[in-house]
Amino acid sequence: MKHFLTLLSHELRMLLVSPSTYIAATAFLFFMGFIFTGILETYTKAPQDTSPANVFFATFFLPVFFMVPLLTMKCLAEERRLGTIETLLTTPVTTTEVVLGKYAAAYALYLSLWGATGGFFYILKRFSSDPRLLDSGPLIGGYAFIAVSGLLFIAIGVFASSFSRNQAVAGILAFVMLAALIIGGRWLAQATFLNRDGLAPAKAAVEYMQVFSHYDDFTRGVIDARHLLFYFSGTAIALIFSILSVEAKLLHS
Amino acid sequence: MSAPLPPAIEVEHLVKSYAGMTAVADLSFTVARGEIIGFLGPNGAGKSTTMRILTGYLPANSGTVRICGHSVAAEPDAVKRLIGYMPENNPLPEDMRVSEYLYFRGRLKEIARRKLGARIDEVLELCDLKRVRHKIIGQLSKGYRQRVGIAEAILAEPPVIIMDEPTIGLDPHQILIVRDLIAGLRGRMTVIISSHILPEIEMTCDRVLIINRGRVVAQGTPADLRREVLGHTTYQLTVAGDLTTLPALITTVEPTFKITATGDADPAGFSTVTLSTERDEEFGEQLLGGLVAQNFRVRALSRARPTLEDVFLAATRRSWDAKQPSAPKPPAPSA
Repeated sequence: MKHFLTLLSHELRMLLVSPSTYIAATAFLFFMGFIFTGILETYTKAPQDTSPANVFFATFFLPVFFMVPLLTMKCLAEERRLGTIETLLTTPVTTTEVVLGKYAAAYALYLSLWGATGGFFYILKRFSSDPRLLDSGPLIGGYAFIAVSGLLFIAIGVFASSFSRNQAVAGILAFVMLAALIIGGRWLAQATFLNRDGLAPAKAAVEYMQVFSHYDDFTRGVIDARHLLFYFSGTAIALIFSILSVEAKLLHS
Repeated sequence: MSAPLPPAIEVEHLVKSYAGMTAVADLSFTVARGEIIGFLGPNGAGKSTTMRILTGYLPANSGTVRICGHSVAAEPDAVKRLIGYMPENNPLPEDMRVSEYLYFRGRLKEIARRKLGARIDEVLELCDLKRVRHKIIGQLSKGYRQRVGIAEAILAEPPVIIMDEPTIGLDPHQILIVRDLIAGLRGRMTVIISSHILPEIEMTCDRVLIINRGRVVAQGTPADLRREVLGHTTYQLTVAGDLTTLPALITTVEPTFKITATGDADPAGFSTVTLSTERDEEFGEQLLGGLVAQNFRVRALSRARPTLEDVFLAATRRSWDAKQPSAPKPPAPSA
């Protein structure tokens, strides 16, 4: 792990000097700001049961579907396409360090993009007279959920990127895997064929994988160790498979 | 320093196959320390594959590779600290500045931070990159990019440098610079380069290794190879006179002389005759003396110096021929 920090600081530096980072960040904030204003408009018309933070973070899947593939599709696919992975892996670094460095940089960018949305709540606090609009519970819960689930989402994106030398393929693959996890899990939970007795364990597993119900728990202030375990173990598996995928491509190239 | 140092590169019975196709078949060679060795072969001969195996980037199917006594398969980390590698096509990140790139690579290669600045200045000077140190790599010309790749390979002062086609796509002036650069490493570092430009290899390298179909077909110094592979010396003679007496005349000079080709006579009666002998000594003077004594009119006599190209073609042809009998016969056409 000696080179992890070298690789991470290199990746972060490359993100910071790249114009595409700023364009992506602007577009992301514009999109999220649009959603946020929409939410506030509904609040001006009629009083609501939940806090705006609750509604705002419930739309997490929209930016996840688009931002995560865009942030991660480049990381390993580009190295392989340019052939720079060859020069990288012939220095005394290990594949693990390379994958973890890229992963950590993408995760840091993901977090800082979401962190920037904190500005919305600051503006709301500054200019609204109603303190009920800014309930700190769902706010902290929402950001905690974003941080924990982001671990897994970014890991899935890195895994998709390790598959292909083509960034577009990696991006689409990441999108499909994220959609399968977030939407597909929800769909499976409603599927009737899982209600048979013999499939009860499968049903329990599907219930466990509900990203939306994890989200509900987080915003209600329930930070369950089972949820954390789900995201941490999922992240570990996705990263291990990314490392194996990079190495397998060398073995069978 | 009592025990002799192990050779820089030892390759024994190396085999590598991709999806049923054998790229490297039982390759063995040794490179001494401080030697500059040229790796020659037609396209698809297994040059790049061999180099990638030497760096530990690709695993071999069987055989052993040792770099300065360390096995590539068993101690990849130790080996990676001993080599500087410049891959084929020299991949570089497009959006970094030259000095940033070298700094990053230097850190990865575990050069201490306080030594790195001075070392980067040194390699920039050595590779004549001072003027472009703050330029973005993606905007550099091919020659500069190539030199950035070489600067990167020699950055950590590794004992072994492996460069895959370092002069490809360069103009003659840049080739000269790269050649001087490589020659400047002689004695300090072991360099193994592959190239298609044969005069290039001949001028830079101490020893040449010609491989074809994953096997070594010839190796030695360029002069040795000429003698070994071609096995004869050729003279070109432009002469007028009675050519029928020529064979008898030349055998009196040296019994192994043969006429290998006779050109048509030009209007003045001169024809160009090619002679060959198995001997290596100079026979020019005796030939001229003999010809003039027999009233031949001689316009020119020259000893042809076979180029490495001839050697290369002869060696690879020889290996194709050698493979021919074992190749499966084409199926007989069905009636």
